[in-house]
Amino acid sequence: MSKNILVIAEAKEGELRNVSFEAIALGKTLSEGGEVVATICGEGDLNSMAEELINYGADRAVTVANAELKTYTPEGFTQAYKAVIDQESPDGIVMGHTSIGKDVTPKLASQLETGLISDVTEVEEGDDGFVFTRPIYSGKAFEKKVVTEGVTFVTIRPNNIAALEKDDSRSGDVSSLDVDVQNIRTIIKEVIRKTSEGVDLSEAKVIVAGGRAVKGPEGFEPLQELADELGGAVGASRAACDAGYCDYSLQIGQTGKVVTPDLYIACGISGAIQHLAGMSNSKVIVAINKDPESNIFSIADYGLVGDIFEIVPKLTEEIRNMKVNA
Amino acid sequence: MNIYVLLKRTFDTEEKISISNGKIEDEGAEYIINPYDEYAVEEAINLKDAHGGEVTVVTVGDEEAEKQLRTALAMGADKSVLINTEDDLEEGDQYTTVRILEAYFKENEPDIILAGNVAIDEASGQVGPRLAERLDIPFVTTITDISIDGETVNIERDVEGDVEKVETTLPLLVTCQQGLNEPRYPSLPGIMKAKKKPLEEIEIDDLDLEEDDVEAKTKTLEIFLPPEKQAGKIIEGEPDEQVKELVSLLKNESKVL
Repeated sequence: MSKNILVIAEAKEGELRNVSFEAIALGKTLSEGGEVVATICGEGDLNSMAEELINYGADRAVTVANAELKTYTPEGFTQAYKAVIDQESPDGIVMGHTSIGKDVTPKLASQLETGLISDVTEVEEGDDGFVFTRPIYSGKAFEKKVVTEGVTFVTIRPNNIAALEKDDSRSGDVSSLDVDVQNIRTIIKEVIRKTSEGVDLSEAKVIVAGGRAVKGPEGFEPLQELADELGGAVGASRAACDAGYCDYSLQIGQTGKVVTPDLYIACGISGAIQHLAGMSNSKVIVAINKDPESNIFSIADYGLVGDIFEIVPKLTEEIRNMKVNA
Repeated sequence: MNIYVLLKRTFDTEEKISISNGKIEDEGAEYIINPYDEYAVEEAINLKDAHGGEVTVVTVGDEEAEKQLRTALAMGADKSVLINTEDDLEEGDQYTTVRILEAYFKENEPDIILAGNVAIDEASGQVGPRLAERLDIPFVTTITDISIDGETVNIERDVEGDVEKVETTLPLLVTCQQGLNEPRYPSLPGIMKAKKKPLEEIEIDDLDLEEDDVEAKTKTLEIFLPPEKQAGKIIEGEPDEQVKELVSLLKNESKVL
């Protein structure tokens, strides 16, 4: 039976996030031939983003533009999305499990009095509808969940469900919805950018992570250079964060972020169980460590025993050369 | 100030996970206060020290959670409440938990509720924002700094590595992120005092709730372990050779470059 699915898309610094395209792909699956409507809210002209969402597989797009939606606030965005939901009455809603997704979807689900299956990594068809897989215990285990009542509302973990191929010839209706945004109770005074590159850890395809062996904040520099060369992001183990070498926002592990990039390069990380929980589901793992007995080697696809300060710059150089010669 | 903390009892982060009879094996497992909730307890005590009032720690669970509540009391919380669902609930989800907490808080008047940003077991991160919505109070998630001046609250929060400065008002719900504080260890006098502090136990019947009100909207069908990752190839040689071979393998074998 075909269903109508609403995909809540999200932009960061004026660009649609890749996870929103992944959400459209999941929406397509869940719709079983029904309609996939994507929505984007913000300020100013949102038409080109709406077109791009259609290029990635949405059948229609609804924009909500309002000066109050320039930056994310729980109240503002909830009012915008709720208005779209009221208009579209979808059978299912999909959004990325991002900072905004984690913040707004529980509020929306609470308003709608529905369940919410968050951080989904896989979907399959079951006897009674779709079955969603999500990690628990930071990826030490997984659970399969179903919705038993009401709207199917899920958030998806970036990098796990493949987006559809972009098709520039696709077209669809773009409509705008006026929403009277009011009663914003949390006011954003300022945003201090601490992340150097635009690549977010949870969405990065490549992560170069450092442990205690980076020895200090400056020890992260060669790691950053390698990450930049690969278009990736830098992460860290708890040991490196606790030692004050980097910000806690970079921490990967059971407390901290859980990541699943295509390539994870662990530099001078011993591989405590809490760290492994946060990264062991990465597709390819490279470990560089002086100590051949390090636990990290037990889960690495490729292990290099050696000094990170010697190997990492050489690796950056080699990759740079490879790109030049390609 | 009426300060409340939402606390969950979780597996110790050191625990390996195994499954028996389709459930996570909990025989002999060590339990702790969910690490993010520990930041919430610490911050609640700091807020009380600065502004006066009382810290009440609330958990939804079974009798086993008494130990974690006592730990929070030993850290410096004043009172604790166990909403014991053992006899009434077979299966619940975040919807269930929030309906229970909502009923509890409707009978109390919190100025601020502190929770962890996520629990390290089920990791949904839903309970805080959902509860704030039900109570019709603002919420701010993943906070790394908070200061309260009268009714005005200034907060710094972590947004994917960037810092967002937010102004809001009481009453309020916040969820705590790493970096907010360094949770204290309970002192020996603290542990002694905690034994005499109130630990109230209530059941769903004591709240203004019907069984239907708390029925879950989602259900877990199955729990499974990921395939065990095998140790791969150790690349030998001088650094130059190691690096060349690695790049070639990444490019040609695993095709990630």
